[in-house]
Amino acid sequence: MAKLLKQDELLDFSLDATSADWRHAPVEFKEGMYCHGAKPKNLEVVGLPNGHDWSPTDDDWHLPEGWKDIVLNGMEDLMKKYRSFKLYMDVCVRCGACADKCHFYQGTGDPRNMPVARAELLRSVYRRYFTTSGKMFGELVGARDLTEDVIKEWYYYFFQCTECRRCSVFCPYGIDQAEITIMGRELLNLLGLNTEWIAGPVANCYMKGNHVGLEPQTIMSNIEFLMDDLEDITGKRITPSFNRKGAEILFVVPSGDLYAEPGTFTFMGYMLLFEQLGLDYTLSTYASEGGNFGFFTTNDMAKRLNAKMYAEAKRLGVKWILGGECGHMWRLVNQYMDTWNGPADFLEVPVSPITGTRFENAASTKMVHITEFTADLLYHDKIKVDPSRNDHLVVTYHDSCNTSRAMGLLEEPRYIINKVCNHFHEMPEETIREKTLCCGSGSGLNAGENMELRMRGGFPRANAVRHVRDKYGVNVLANICALDRASFPALMDYWVPGTKVMGVHELVGNALVLDGEKERTLDLRLEELPKKPAPASTGDAGVEAAAGADAEGVGSDA
Amino acid sequence: MKIAVPLALTLALAGIAWAGIQLLGLYGLFGIVVPYVALASFVVGFVYRLVKWGRSAVPFRIPTTCGQQKSLPWVKQNKIENPASTAGVVGRMLMEVLFFRSLFRNTKTEKHGANLGVGSAKWLWFGALVFHWSMLVVVLRHLRFFLEPVPAPLAALEGFDSLLQVGLPVLYITDLTIVCALTFLFVRRVVLPRVRSLSLPNDFFPLFLLLGVVAAGVAMRYFVRVDVEAVKEMAMGLVTLHPVVVDGVGTIFYVHLFLACALVAYFPWSKLMHAGGVVLSPTRNMANNSRSVRHVNPWSRDLPVHTYAEYEEEFKDKMVKVGLPLDAE
Repeated sequence: MAKLLKQDELLDFSLDATSADWRHAPVEFKEGMYCHGAKPKNLEVVGLPNGHDWSPTDDDWHLPEGWKDIVLNGMEDLMKKYRSFKLYMDVCVRCGACADKCHFYQGTGDPRNMPVARAELLRSVYRRYFTTSGKMFGELVGARDLTEDVIKEWYYYFFQCTECRRCSVFCPYGIDQAEITIMGRELLNLLGLNTEWIAGPVANCYMKGNHVGLEPQTIMSNIEFLMDDLEDITGKRITPSFNRKGAEILFVVPSGDLYAEPGTFTFMGYMLLFEQLGLDYTLSTYASEGGNFGFFTTNDMAKRLNAKMYAEAKRLGVKWILGGECGHMWRLVNQYMDTWNGPADFLEVPVSPITGTRFENAASTKMVHITEFTADLLYHDKIKVDPSRNDHLVVTYHDSCNTSRAMGLLEEPRYIINKVCNHFHEMPEETIREKTLCCGSGSGLNAGENMELRMRGGFPRANAVRHVRDKYGVNVLANICALDRASFPALMDYWVPGTKVMGVHELVGNALVLDGEKERTLDLRLEELPKKPAPASTGDAGVEAAAGADAEGVGSDA
Repeated sequence: MKIAVPLALTLALAGIAWAGIQLLGLYGLFGIVVPYVALASFVVGFVYRLVKWGRSAVPFRIPTTCGQQKSLPWVKQNKIENPASTAGVVGRMLMEVLFFRSLFRNTKTEKHGANLGVGSAKWLWFGALVFHWSMLVVVLRHLRFFLEPVPAPLAALEGFDSLLQVGLPVLYITDLTIVCALTFLFVRRVVLPRVRSLSLPNDFFPLFLLLGVVAAGVAMRYFVRVDVEAVKEMAMGLVTLHPVVVDGVGTIFYVHLFLACALVAYFPWSKLMHAGGVVLSPTRNMANNSRSVRHVNPWSRDLPVHTYAEYEEEFKDKMVKVGLPLDAE
């Protein structure tokens, strides 16, 4: 990992002195701001074309023969396939409303990180080869030739976009830079250009079912460890099932929740909840990834990785699918999955077996978000929670880009947090809900070698967290996204040290009162719960309460 | 360059009209041929662009959701900003087209040392709204030249537009507001470093053209009077397909007309087509209901996947060891 700059060095830029010559300035690959190039073997595994050895800092990228035609034909093809692409090449008026809305621009001051400018990197080529005025007047109308330098620029800047869609909220025509970045990356992939941080997980996910390449026995032993911890915490042994045919529900999580802190704590929260409900669910080692790095390569690749979920649901004969906390996974479930791999006519419209609620909003995909499921439980008082177990936490909530701007899942997680926590404070209005600021590491940018980029891109978000930390003493950044859980710890350490990162279901797991559990003294991180003044003895706590460690009292199993 | 070229081009266009009438007397060309050509370019171009966009597929439902989704019955959905039905989409689109809803969200990001702040930035929204509404009223007002008798609503609109009458001739509010708004839109492109760095000659050209049309129009209305009756006769000739050239209409009218024709002809081939494009924008004109109603991708095709059978084949020994059930015997 490249050495990180100090905060003041990193922030030594201005948003007001935008240089006018960004259209002509050559791209410079700054260390810490880009990811390593994809290795050919990982592209070959999944059949992506033109994999070759190269490095972004090489002078010669060894582009395949006829690369220019490949790109231009690719553009033509994509414009036929996507009205969004064609339209967004044409209708921008360069009003500048999007310019300062991008977290990468806010964290770098680099003019090419203005969404409109990033789009112009592609638009200029579009004009030159696909419009009459561009062919005739060239630079005068903002057209430019497609050269190797342009390809390099695309690589540098289309991997400085997290496809968060914030610009699209502010654009009067809804121009979505995520769409343009997606197309840009499609084109780069035609030339075998991607990042290793994306290509590796894609290859893993294709062959082994998840991004990190966890094999079936490893998934099971990882979860075994987590269940050991839960036994220590609650006194109850939980034994989730795997690949079990005939279960009612297939539960799919982002694989980050299976092996890496703090995602594992979120996973423990899910498990406690299902145990308490007696839910008839199963996990799959084959469909062991809700996330989809394929989406950061090509649309086809994303579809191929996504196919596992329905295929496995069908094979196991479940009735419906429940999905864990993940951002881009849910963008894809909400906006792509049914179209890609549906119709899921072998499944039933999801009905909560606990409340009887029929999830009409998922009538076709047959897949429910865990926060919809849990909010419904809480609304119907079907689970007992003790929010005071989270009293040592002062919580704020980060809307992940995808669930807010490509779904609109805003109230469900908040409803849950308010039920399971006593101390919840929102960040400033301009930084939450549909205007939420990205973690800076989405869309496959959460690598190590581009840490400076991540710290810069996450700066606006961190700035808002710092604001509520100073104002309310916030010490927990809650979220419903595996990438947040993977990337925020580093971001918080850098900008707002001391802030913990927690999935909403970790908070649920802490507060959830299980039947027959022992008095809790530890939270899901195996950290001591804060001591509270012992209530007048209720008698049932016996020796444990006498030990005086925490004497919860509230909602005990009696 | 990016200002000089489009400015020169606009002045040249005005000069051509002036010279064509004043020096060469090409009344037929500028009074009849050019308007028809411009109109043809507009109609053909507009349709062509829409058809071209329309022929691109819309493979996925990708609305940008700006409010609460429709989910549980007790969670209040934002039906406009996150529509789940066609009615909601129409509502959202009307808000965009009539009131520039998204632009209204505009803010200014300010960096003070190690802190980011958000400032209000409604001027762009306001300027754009004033311009577009003024433009609409101005265009509607001009319909009186093409309609006989002038319909009552048009007359009423005109009356309303001249409420601020100060002396004679009638002063139209929208003449004032459109000049102010265009000037604002031009000045911000020049003054704000960010927007200046983004702007292309093709951003300035329509502004200059519009300013030129308005300037000529204002000039002949308030300063260099032209024979309005004669103008109407020519306009009626054009719409009834019996075009005539009427003597005594000043050169300034032809400058106005020619610049307007240039604008109309240029419209569909330029960024001005955002007018047609906005309603086709998939992030705005689609309902967020793809979990409840299946959306079909017209170019979808089957792709190779790594099947469970292949997966099991690879891991079966390990799976047996940990007690996972196998499909294969």
